[in-house]
Amino acid sequence: MAELVARTPCAGLLPIAGGGVRVTEVDPGPMTAIAPFRGKEKTLAGALKRAHGVGWPAPGQSEASGDLRILWFGHSHALLTGVAPKPTLANHAALTDQGDAWAVVQVEGAGTRDVLARLTPLDLRDGAFPVGACARSEVQHMQAAILRVAGDAYRVMVFRSMARTLVHDLQVAMRGVAARG
Amino acid sequence: MRIPCPICGSRDIREFDYMGHAQALDRPDPGAGAQAWDDYLHNRDNPAGPTRDLWFHGMGCGAWLVVERDTVSHEVTGATLARDVKGGAA
Repeated sequence: MAELVARTPCAGLLPIAGGGVRVTEVDPGPMTAIAPFRGKEKTLAGALKRAHGVGWPAPGQSEASGDLRILWFGHSHALLTGVAPKPTLANHAALTDQGDAWAVVQVEGAGTRDVLARLTPLDLRDGAFPVGACARSEVQHMQAAILRVAGDAYRVMVFRSMARTLVHDLQVAMRGVAARG
Repeated sequence: MRIPCPICGSRDIREFDYMGHAQALDRPDPGAGAQAWDDYLHNRDNPAGPTRDLWFHGMGCGAWLVVERDTVSHEVTGATLARDVKGGAA
């Protein structure tokens, strides 16, 4: 019987550094998409509070509690990371395991916003995108999610199959920022 | 060009796909006749001025929007969730 070895999406690609920025891979633990059934939004919010102690995230928001993080992840859609969802949630929402679907990297350092500004049209300034803010947007040509976890630290998520492209695009942007001194 | 997504706020045009005139929401009854179906499928006005389009926020929240814009001034004057315009499951 073959021994299968789990590889993270960015295995062998990260960490990288340059332009005042460091990029590392993040293992967020279990990831589950939560999409409320029609008309069940309110009861789902209550069930989520009872099961995991967090509320349903408003558009563009996230909430963290220990290892658990819940991200607004699009129209009528959130992503629960760090813990497996309690089964009670399935009475109110479609739950889909996304654990092997996303590459998650942390981009941090003084030049982070300059690097990301080369890759996404999102307004990442403090007023528009404070710590905890979460957005779906474009990173180069890829559908991405961006989460601000600290003052100069952002998480960028793309589909797992695009991990190598994401690292490449980050590297090119970091070189560009570094070249401008 | 920026589009004011009702969910995400003002976003760059790169995040959106154009999906045709909002007329696509007004599907005729199956028995409405050949002329109504011909108009629905193929015939579009080409206005110089205000128009309503469907846009898909595919690089963002994934919502379909009805966007009001002016083809002369290029001004975008509003955006509504297609679900709210159409009702039902859009």
